[in-house]
Order: sequence, then C-alpha cells, then structure tokens
Amino acid sequence: MNELEKFEQEQLSKLSGGKKIPEFQPGDTLRVNVKIQEGTGEEARTRIQAYEGVCIARGGKGVNQNFTVRKISYGEGVERVFPLFSPAIDSIEMVRRGSVRRAKLYYLRDRSGKSARITEREGNEGADVVEAPTEKSAAAAKPEKKAANA
Amino acid sequence: MRTGLIAQKLGMTRVFDANGKHVPVTLLKVDGCQVISVQTKEKNGYTALQLGAGAKKAKSCTKPERGHFAKAKVEPKLKVVEFRVSEDSLVEQGAEFSAAHFVVGQYVDVSGVTLGKGYQGVMKRWNFAGLVATHGVSVSHRSPGSVGQRQSPGRVFKNKKMAGHMGDANRTIPNLRVVEVHPEQGLILVEGAVPGFKGSWLTVRDAVKKQLPKDAPKPAGLKAKAQAEAAQA
Repeated sequence: MNELEKFEQEQLSKLSGGKKIPEFQPGDTLRVNVKIQEGTGEEARTRIQAYEGVCIARGGKGVNQNFTVRKISYGEGVERVFPLFSPAIDSIEMVRRGSVRRAKLYYLRDRSGKSARITEREGNEGADVVEAPTEKSAAAAKPEKKAANA
Repeated sequence: MRTGLIAQKLGMTRVFDANGKHVPVTLLKVDGCQVISVQTKEKNGYTALQLGAGAKKAKSCTKPERGHFAKAKVEPKLKVVEFRVSEDSLVEQGAEFSAAHFVVGQYVDVSGVTLGKGYQGVMKRWNFAGLVATHGVSVSHRSPGSVGQRQSPGRVFKNKKMAGHMGDANRTIPNLRVVEVHPEQGLILVEGAVPGFKGSWLTVRDAVKKQLPKDAPKPAGLKAKAQAEAAQA
C-alpha cells in the first residue's frame, strides 16, 4: 500500500467511524437524512432534511464512493449525487429493496408512472445493516465471495 | 522571507472540511529535507539556503558531491535546491525541516515540471478552433489556418502560436491553500492540482501575493525544535 492509499484508508476509517451505512444497491429506495446548515456565524444551526428516492447508480472506490438518488418532486424529476462518506449525511435508511438487472438505472429518466416501477427484491434479509467497509471487513468478505462462487 | 521546502507529489484525493464540504487536495510529502549549505552576505554576497531531499546512494555521488554533503554532515541527497531567504531566516547547516513549516490556512506557491505531452498541434497546444468539418475543407481540419498577412509585413511575427513541444516545462501554481498539515507523517495537503507526475519533486514556498499568517514558525519549522518542545511539554 503506498502512502496515498494509506492516507485514504485513514480518512475512510475516520469518516465512517461509528456510522452505520446499510448495504444497498441500485434499484433500492433510500431515505437520506441530510444535514442542512441554516444561517451563519453565531445563529448557525443545523437541521436534518430527509431526501427519499430510488438509488439509480453507485460509483467510485474507497473514500470517493458516491451514489445517485432520483425522486419525482412536484412532477419534476430530481437527482442528487451524494458522496457516500460525506459528513453532511446524517444517516441512510433503507425503505424498500428493488430488483433490477442493470447497475445504472438511467433508463428511469425516460419513464414515468407505471413503467417506472421497480419490483421488490426478496430474501437476503440477514445482511440488512453492515458497517462501512474497513480494511479488515473487506479482507474478510473476500473469501466468502470465493466460496459462494465455488 | 522564509525558505521554501522540497516536497514530493504523492497524488490527489479528497477530504471533507468542518462544514462537510468536499475539498480536492494534493498530498505533498516532506521527508529528510535538510540544509546542505548556507550562503551568507559576507561569504557569497547574498543570503540563501541550499536544501536537499530524498536519499541517494553514496556510490552514485561524484567525489565533489560527496565532499559537499560530508561538509554539512548530511546523507547524500537526490534533489538539491537553493532558496533565497532574508538574513533573519537563515538556519544552521544540517538542520532538518518539518512539514509544520507551513501552517493550516496559509497560501503557498508550488513549482514543478509539468507532464510532457510531446509534439502537439495547435488545437491541443493553444486551443485553436481548427477548420470546419465540411464546406469543402479537405485534409486540414486541425490546421492553424493563416499565420500572417501579405507582402507587408512579408514575414511571420515572432511568438506566433504554432505546433511544437508541449509540457515538460517549469511551472508555478500560485496561491494554493494549505488544508491540512501532518508533521508526524510529513504530509502537506494543498487545495487543488500541482504540476508533475506522482513522485515528482516540487518546491513549496510561502505565497508571494498573500500575507503570511502570524503563527507561521520563524525562521523556519524545524524537526529538532518541534521535538525539543514536545520533550519539554
């Protein structure tokens, strides 16, 4: 591991420390609780606003991971890209699991109403909440995958 | 005027500031940056510090080089740079600098050699528009077009932007903000990009066009000094 990777690993463990990030994938409906700062200086205070929609894409690696959440707000499609480990994210809640066959659901942009539905995914209930991947857990997860493939 | 430091570019990443805002940063490594010789007014007619950084094998040094490093009692260095400093910022020979030479929030100028791009046409090198894709243009879609007038002046003006070698030139990026400093690891995080490839040598100095913060260590941020202070406390 070079020094840049080492630094990123430190950042990752610092940012994800104590936070529970659910294991989610594109197609899942999420509620992202975003911290919003109001006012400046002494009057500044933060409140939490929920942003709920369908996760249509995940990208990046390590600290640079991000995910896109799409929702229809007052009839208008809105998409927000969140850095996964952003301190501005208070928490992420899983609302509904969706079953899809694509990694990026950009086709939802051209659809509305009935054709934009996503069927619910079933099973795999045990792995509901996992902590953010640290170096150790990533290493531990690898052999499991291999076993599953075999 | 304080001295600058020699640093190595490690690469870019991101950090989040206190407000949760994302900041793109470049990691600079200061490691084994020592004073090799001191140029004084009496001896040399000007004041400067010659710094060295990076390990070099003794067998790949020339004899004069070996003598020069031996005089300062430092390990042979790969990269040697001289920084002009004011008389009150001189530091004794052999002293080692810490990354804490720079303080969080201050601005720095970073110089280095840019990535070499080789021989490039005018569209890439100077952002010319080129010629149109249709209307009878053939073969010369990426050409510069006209380079001058007619019989008067009858020549191409000097400094006319043309195709040629691009990159691999010394460039200074001014006014980069220092986002974080980690003296134990020798890391300086500056906001934004700096010239060169990962692992390339850079010089980092206080920004010429910005005021130096009052809490910046003077005459310089030295390792021995920081250790002594830690021992006292």
